[in-house]
Amino acid sequence: MSVLVYTENWDGKFKKLSYELVSYAKAVAGMTGGTVTALSIGNVDQDELSSLGAYGASSVLSVAGLPEGLDNQLYSQSIAAAMEKTGAKVLVLANNNTGKALAPRLSVKLKAGLASGVTAVPESVDPLVVSKKVFSGKAFGKVKVLSGSAILTLAQNSYEINEDGGSASVEAFDPGVDAAAAQTNIKDVQKQTGKLLLNDADVVISGGRGMKSGDNWAPIEELADVLGGATACSRPVSDEGWRPHGEHTGQTGKIIAPNLYMAFGISGAIQHLAGVSSSKCIVAVNTDKDAPIFESADYGIVGDALKVLPELISEIKAAKAL
Amino acid sequence: MRILVCISNVPDTTTKVKFSTDNTSFDDGGVQWIINPWDELALTRAMELKEDASNGVSNVTVVTVGPASVEPTLRKALAIGADDAIRVDGSSNDAHYVASQIAAVAGKGDFGIILCGIESSDYNGSAVGGMLSEIMNVPSVSAISGLTMNGEEVTITRDIDGGKEEVSVPTPFVGIVQKGIAKEPRIAAMRGIMMARKKPLQVEAVVDAEALTEYQEFAMPEPKAPCKMVDADKVKELVHLLQNEAKVL
Repeated sequence: MSVLVYTENWDGKFKKLSYELVSYAKAVAGMTGGTVTALSIGNVDQDELSSLGAYGASSVLSVAGLPEGLDNQLYSQSIAAAMEKTGAKVLVLANNNTGKALAPRLSVKLKAGLASGVTAVPESVDPLVVSKKVFSGKAFGKVKVLSGSAILTLAQNSYEINEDGGSASVEAFDPGVDAAAAQTNIKDVQKQTGKLLLNDADVVISGGRGMKSGDNWAPIEELADVLGGATACSRPVSDEGWRPHGEHTGQTGKIIAPNLYMAFGISGAIQHLAGVSSSKCIVAVNTDKDAPIFESADYGIVGDALKVLPELISEIKAAKAL
Repeated sequence: MRILVCISNVPDTTTKVKFSTDNTSFDDGGVQWIINPWDELALTRAMELKEDASNGVSNVTVVTVGPASVEPTLRKALAIGADDAIRVDGSSNDAHYVASQIAAVAGKGDFGIILCGIESSDYNGSAVGGMLSEIMNVPSVSAISGLTMNGEEVTITRDIDGGKEEVSVPTPFVGIVQKGIAKEPRIAAMRGIMMARKKPLQVEAVVDAEALTEYQEFAMPEPKAPCKMVDADKVKELVHLLQNEAKVL
């Protein structure tokens, strides 16, 4: 059973996410001795494309000439054309904004059942049965795909990158779509530059109402800096306007799974925990010893975040200096 | 222009999730039902757009697929301000089946903008909106955090990795919305609740459609080890544990 994986690039470079996706696709294909074809849309150079071989792709299809901004119809038509060309029975995408935009359209187009936010390789491939998060991570559900082919979107940071493959052959692929038919007219693009994105960060430092004011965020930012991480916040904080909405982590905000998540002055409402509970290690500092965050945390301090933070920063600096 | 907002009826987000004893279905005993939070934001934005007369929005309709027991959630949507509601009398956890039902309703209504939440807080499929657009063969824009109108012209802000884009698409289209589309969900006022009782709620029969997936079984996550507590005056010890035990520094 061969697998097609849709990879994303940022300004011509693949990121960790793409390697996770290819590694995952390889594991799925490996269940039946099939091969992995990676699909790349956009201007990516030959070396970068063939580097996907290291993660398990045996070939890479490279599509050029589509509009750079996402047009859901053109992109899904192109991916469908690649599915047809390769005869793949399984399509893998990321469960991010792009994957969420494309996978459902492809599900209809290919009559392929969609399991979104999967966290592990399928437990069987015929029929395909795979586990995914439901109720925003409060539980898992086993989805059985009833159609002949399947689409899986992989939850971010849920699969280990495997780098034991070789190099992939690269082929230019013309999906036969009319780029001029794009319906999405992109008027303006604003990209953050030089700032680590919340979903990419291995370390996330987060503050809640216990920080008392948006003016008290300097130590959160400093600690994130010291650990090479990103900053986040709880919902009341973004609702109050102390921090931008893009930092809100939780059920209705960003769902993250860093290696280390540190929560300062966050009580841990069930909706907040749904967004962070997949983190590998959770550290919580809160004045209330009965705060629910301590049920989900690995390490905890009962204390005032504003007092603990400066001390923690200096201790971490000291420890890192050794 | 008419706006259609797709509503999913979901357990309150504070619900302690439980399953039937054989773990094959969600145990809804004692559960409070709400409008899916993203759908509620979509509805709030639809009402804001309608209230500004210069936008020329004549009508906001809400639709859901479910048995009669979901009607209180549709009444809530009417109380928030929707003009009328449609319930497709069917029940399924499969997104393709649900999207096919909504497509049948949407196809009859001459809607310029069709809004869906980016996911539902129960099965987190993130699928119905995109599927609906493909079945209807209309453009879709996902991860929308802003939507404004200037006459018939619609301008959309969507989130991309590491930033935002401002885009436009021709109507009709499906807009798949996330947080930011409206500042806070609107809460129904007493007058709205009274009026909602008299607003039309139409029931439609299901159309033939295929389910592409089914849930076989559910499981709760493994219980985790208890939190290791460190004294507030021993921050150094925490750093030591993070460095040597958790190995995350």
